[in-house]
Amino acid sequence: MDVGILSYGCYVPRRRLQRDAIYQANKWYAPGLGGLAKGEKAISNWDEDPVTMAVEAGRYCLDGIDRSLVDSISLASTTLPFADRSNAGIVKEALNLSDQVMSADQTGSLRAATGSLMQSLRMGSNALCLAADRRKSKVASVEEMNYGDASAAVLMGSGEVIAKYLGGYSKTIDFVDHYRETGADFDYAWEARFVRDEGYQKILGAAISSALDRLQISGDSIAHALISVPVRGVPQKLAAVAGIAAGAVADTHMATVGDTGVSHPMLMLALTLQNAKPGEKVLLASFGQGADVLVFETTEHLNTVNQRQAELMQPGLPDSNYSRYLFHRGLLDIDKGMRAELDEKQPGTSLARDRKTVLGLIGGKCNETGVVQFPKTALPVNTTSRTVGTFEDYPLADRCARVISFTADRLAYSPDPPSYYGMIDFEGGGRMVAEFADIEEGEAEVGRKMRMVFRIKAFDELRGFRKYFWKAIPAQRGQS
Amino acid sequence: MASGIKDKVAIIGMGCARFGERWDTDADGLMVEAFDEAVADAGIEVAQLDAAWLGVGFDAQSTGPSGIPAAVALRLPDIGVTKVENYCASGTESLRGAVYAVASGAADIALAMGVEKLKDTGYGGLPTRTRGSRWDMIGVTGSAPGNFAQLASAYGAKHGIDHLDLKRAMAHVSVKSHANGAKNPKAHLRNLIDIDKALNAPMIAEPLGLFDCCGVSDGAACAIVTTPEIAKSLGKTDIVAIKAMQVVSSNGWEMQGDQWDGSYLHTTRVAAKKAYKEAGITDPRDQLSLTEVHDCFSITELITMEDLFISQEGQGWKDVLDGLFDADGKVPCQIDGGLKCFGHPIGASGLRMVYENYLQLLGRAGERQRQNAPTFCLSHNLGGMPSQNVSSVSIIGPLGI
Repeated sequence: MDVGILSYGCYVPRRRLQRDAIYQANKWYAPGLGGLAKGEKAISNWDEDPVTMAVEAGRYCLDGIDRSLVDSISLASTTLPFADRSNAGIVKEALNLSDQVMSADQTGSLRAATGSLMQSLRMGSNALCLAADRRKSKVASVEEMNYGDASAAVLMGSGEVIAKYLGGYSKTIDFVDHYRETGADFDYAWEARFVRDEGYQKILGAAISSALDRLQISGDSIAHALISVPVRGVPQKLAAVAGIAAGAVADTHMATVGDTGVSHPMLMLALTLQNAKPGEKVLLASFGQGADVLVFETTEHLNTVNQRQAELMQPGLPDSNYSRYLFHRGLLDIDKGMRAELDEKQPGTSLARDRKTVLGLIGGKCNETGVVQFPKTALPVNTTSRTVGTFEDYPLADRCARVISFTADRLAYSPDPPSYYGMIDFEGGGRMVAEFADIEEGEAEVGRKMRMVFRIKAFDELRGFRKYFWKAIPAQRGQS
Repeated sequence: MASGIKDKVAIIGMGCARFGERWDTDADGLMVEAFDEAVADAGIEVAQLDAAWLGVGFDAQSTGPSGIPAAVALRLPDIGVTKVENYCASGTESLRGAVYAVASGAADIALAMGVEKLKDTGYGGLPTRTRGSRWDMIGVTGSAPGNFAQLASAYGAKHGIDHLDLKRAMAHVSVKSHANGAKNPKAHLRNLIDIDKALNAPMIAEPLGLFDCCGVSDGAACAIVTTPEIAKSLGKTDIVAIKAMQVVSSNGWEMQGDQWDGSYLHTTRVAAKKAYKEAGITDPRDQLSLTEVHDCFSITELITMEDLFISQEGQGWKDVLDGLFDADGKVPCQIDGGLKCFGHPIGASGLRMVYENYLQLLGRAGERQRQNAPTFCLSHNLGGMPSQNVSSVSIIGPLGI
């Protein structure tokens, strides 16, 4: 039986910070950034992190797939929010995967995502491999111009694969082109010319050639070369050395998304598969203290998944609000006011009790009346029934909802004011008062179709904790 | 079927502190201010009190827990003091406790006190606080204006009311309350505003602007109640009696069911029907002389007039614009300035409304006295948020009508 890719997904946040906005604010200090002040980069909202972004990519990837088939879940990132609490485990709860899945966080290098793909192939089970990064960068740095936020997901396994795994090649060399100490906020990077010559060319370029040799595949048979190097011209040069046609070199999406760290190779894979045709060879190469090269060949099953994934990348929203961007990354100390002083302490006991309600958005369906409600309660809201314990699990996260009432609140504290919230009714039953995320002025209206997303509800800055819950966003056209 | 509370209990004394930003005093001082007025009005000795109730909404900011703060502040004579908290109906709950104690015969004379010291928080609006560990994980930590503003979106959508028409009706509510409050020496806000000022005010929670929101005030109000027989024995002639007291708490039907459309207050409708039955009122629009409703926000007052069955559903905004609820209208609403301008010290508000109705019934309302002799006077509280709330409807009037 073939092994390889069963499905894929990705998530690119809606707001796209215009690079020129960064440049205009900082050109007094760093006029040299002018050359990079083109295009835009995807930026996550204040309530997103690698965990929430991975959930979103995972949902796209698993759309239409029986989630009980997933045996393991991994989350690759260099910016995981928790050092000791399984980040993949949080994603598992949000995706309502079985309690029996294996889970692992993969970190430590920009190769963490491709590493998890290779590991999953060795395990031979159905593995949901997720990658997400949300890297901070210093104000007026090259990284600030380049780094974007995104996540991607690949479901690896055996059976009706959409891309068969032909083989791979891996190399580990402690080449320090950049690094970030544990707990530090920012990368420290060495001169770009050194990295290009000694890193990309000698390590990654050689790995690509070695992989093709080992697999006895000629470079010119590669239809899509996904060389995850965020430097203009480098992927083309490495491809040429390996005999890969210039036309096969995939877009790095630097102009529209930016360098998304660990998730970047997987993001390129997802965006390439969406436009690929059956029977094409796809080479995926990533770099980071060595190199990983994987080669796939797409199959006739690709089209079925591609039709499902038609809405893979939602339209971006140009954003020039640089100070908001800085604030949402903790780089600008805005006066939040006294209303922000509310203690957000999370009792571990109640989170344990209501794990499925909070992280999975699981409501209940009364097995006597068929009425759906959120959250589950001892007695159902329908008072004709006095029976206790009639609720069966009823997942609401993937159901659309309609706005019943709403407001845009400028009094309550929100890092992204005004704070939109309102009452929503789910299609098929159930209602809740929900916060609205990623919503712009004029987008809220009674009757508006909404979609649920997993987000950070609040930070407990005193104790270093973040609370997750579900919020509603305006459903984009075509989303069901 | 319960026989109801009508004419079983009389109010013999009431007091109300000056509401406002009372930087000069704390909850104790506010309670003493209201209490001294009520005791003098009742003409009793403090030692004659058999029991007391204390209503407080935000005890962490105001008084701390229990009924002890009232017992200490007022030096009550070794009697039971019960603290009640039921959101913005806390003051009314305090009165209900005292009234029921007298009606049951457990007490001859009882005190209902309500107090709130809100202006020790350091910011405008109500304090943000926890609503319990489960709510804090899945609920929305919004503001009071944000919660009530949603009424406007659902009400406007349901009845197809143009956004600007509704905004103007809401502005009329506030302009009217400012005009009334200007005549009230104990009111927090005594300035006049015009419609343009209300319409052009900074947005607080869409579509509520600054003047659509009531004042957040320090204050206290209280009532001394007894039986009509004891009232007569104390020499009282114009006796003000309790006609009805109804409280309804949401059981989750609005927020967890799927039938409520967000455009009205289910609990107010139920409480109103029960209260009218208890008081013997069949046509509220015709029989009610005065209304003091929970105008925490302009939209709340407007919709409440429908929920009290004074206006037809979907027509309240037109009645507002027609002046039906103005001081010289058919059914004046907030003739004392309301929560909007008298102010809204949570625990005191229900008692402050009854205080105004009591003054009006006794012809003691000074410059703002309603010329027609009032009969049934209604007060209404609404606590929590429209999707999950507590609502109270109380009616007082001359004994025997």
